[in-house]
Amino acid sequence: MSSASAPKVFVSRRVPEKAKALITSQCNAILWEKDEPPPRDEYLKIISGIDGLFCLLTDKIDAELLDAAGPNLRVVSTMSVGYDHVDVKECAKRNIAVGYTPGILTKATAELTVALLLATTRRLKEGIRAVENGEWGTWKPMWLCGQGLDGATVGVVGLGRIGYTVAQCLNPFGVARFLYTGYRRPDAEEELKAEFADLDKLYSESDFVIACCALTPETAGMFNADAFKKMKKTAVFVNSSRGGVVNQDDLFVALESGEIGAAGLDVTIPEPLPTDSPLLGLNNCVVLPHIGSATHDTREAMAVLAAQNLIAGLKGDKMPSQIDD
Amino acid sequence: MSELPKLPKVYAAISMPLEGMNRLRKLCQVTVHEGNQDPTRQEFLDGARGMDALIVCPKTMTVDKELLDTAGSQLKVIVTHSVGLDHIDIDLCKERGVKVGHTPDVLTTATAEQGVALLMATARRIQECIRAVKDGVWGTVWDNAMWLAGKEIAGSVIGIVGLGRIGLAIAKRLAAFDVSKILYTGRNLRPESADPIGAEFVTFDQLLEQSDFVVVACSVNDSNKGLFDEAAFKKMKNTAILVNISRGVVVDQDALYNALKSGEIGAAGLDVTTPEPLPTSSPLLTLPNCLVTPHIATCTVTTRNAMCELIVDNILAGLEGRSLKTPAFLY
Repeated sequence: MSSASAPKVFVSRRVPEKAKALITSQCNAILWEKDEPPPRDEYLKIISGIDGLFCLLTDKIDAELLDAAGPNLRVVSTMSVGYDHVDVKECAKRNIAVGYTPGILTKATAELTVALLLATTRRLKEGIRAVENGEWGTWKPMWLCGQGLDGATVGVVGLGRIGYTVAQCLNPFGVARFLYTGYRRPDAEEELKAEFADLDKLYSESDFVIACCALTPETAGMFNADAFKKMKKTAVFVNSSRGGVVNQDDLFVALESGEIGAAGLDVTIPEPLPTDSPLLGLNNCVVLPHIGSATHDTREAMAVLAAQNLIAGLKGDKMPSQIDD
Repeated sequence: MSELPKLPKVYAAISMPLEGMNRLRKLCQVTVHEGNQDPTRQEFLDGARGMDALIVCPKTMTVDKELLDTAGSQLKVIVTHSVGLDHIDIDLCKERGVKVGHTPDVLTTATAEQGVALLMATARRIQECIRAVKDGVWGTVWDNAMWLAGKEIAGSVIGIVGLGRIGLAIAKRLAAFDVSKILYTGRNLRPESADPIGAEFVTFDQLLEQSDFVVVACSVNDSNKGLFDEAAFKKMKNTAILVNISRGVVVDQDALYNALKSGEIGAAGLDVTTPEPLPTSSPLLTLPNCLVTPHIATCTVTTRNAMCELIVDNILAGLEGRSLKTPAFLY
């Protein structure tokens, strides 16, 4: 639909058909059709005069961008649950409604977190490599031995939707104890006998430390040299939240020196992680390209929800999933 | 523990954790295979000659007539570093009065964990993901939000071939992911295992047709060698994922290659192959949707130590004429 009265929106990446159809049926849509993300300067030009923006977490939605869009912009809809890339205060000042996609990506992201934990602790990267380069064939009793979950203490930093689901999935693996920090969850304490603990206790007693917290000014860089020092030497650290909660240089040092056992990261700084990052040279570090929500069903559902958020916001209705500030 | 008349001779065809073996070394004359590679057949035979006890594992260490003849009639006990016994001629050992032990139960958890690790790594395309990061592909492909999109376990149908100890342990772990159904198949119904988790017994064909994830966890015997052949892959869904942690011989590897290449099935994760090690030239290793790990199912520190303890217990029992802690068969 491209009548003059239909709201003008920019969709900053190609999205699944279902979502695209929803948007184009209701809006005058400018669609970015390339595989590479729109370069910043082009982005700022394209959005001039738009009413609504459909964006991804790779787009920085700050005052500069909002200025470039102009006063008509009243809806920002991000296809993600994290919104650390959106200056929500600035949006609120300008009466811009912000939509996001919580809930529907919980399962896919929790599953990926578990997959990453298992791949890291059971040394699958080294195993796959050993098969490919002919290392398989040597027998040492502790060759490629990892740390199992059976009898382990698992510490979840941030027991939100994703963290809780991760803990539920890990439970039948024989986990002896769950520790957690962040907000109190009586339901988790009941169902999983999870124990609320301060960070120091979680770090010093956990065999697995899983970061499932949102990136906020409080959590930025929290996993630093200090934190890694407090963790066990055999600890497996898993981050599927945001790269920004980790001090990456400190992590490299901790992994290389044996301060902690291993790390699995689905998120880094920056993203993509440059191919010469020292983390990629470590046997005990697994890095995935931010695929937490990457399943067909979930990505389609996220795109559709983000489209619905966009359309509702443009109509002046409450979005299905709106960020309240 | 009774006194042993003279130092019995034990040959370990695989190297074992040092600490665990100390207990054995105090009471026996222990020879351990040296070197980085598995013993060749000849090295194994030479090592076994004149021994009272052997520690073996599935791979080159087949226990057959040739091995038993070479070892000699003084051989009292063989213990395998595995739960599987397909590399051992059990009937012949029985006939010759050689006790056979293995390591069930202590390795169930680690193996089930590896089975799930492999299933999830295959479902979420971990191998392709790691490569994409390393090769700098990350950030260059978007694919309409579908780049490297994988398969969800939630809502899927799991099919377990062989609901034994390990199969059941895998089913219990996957059940927590909110799967839609757990199916199983095998020679016998196992209500004690299946009922508590709501697993449903079906025929092999039904399991193939209905499952999104097919997990092979059965023990191997003459009836299931090559069970996963061209016909089986045809019956599976085009999006199905096969996971094999049982023995390589259950899968027809050529048929698997064709099925993966043509899209007859979605992907495969294998911890066991034919042969082991899999040659680096194997065509399976050229496929992005085939993930192979080097038989590391029991590779956790606690499990390996527990297996060692159990092996030593069995060896000492066998040497002293007592019944084994975990015998492969009862006399």
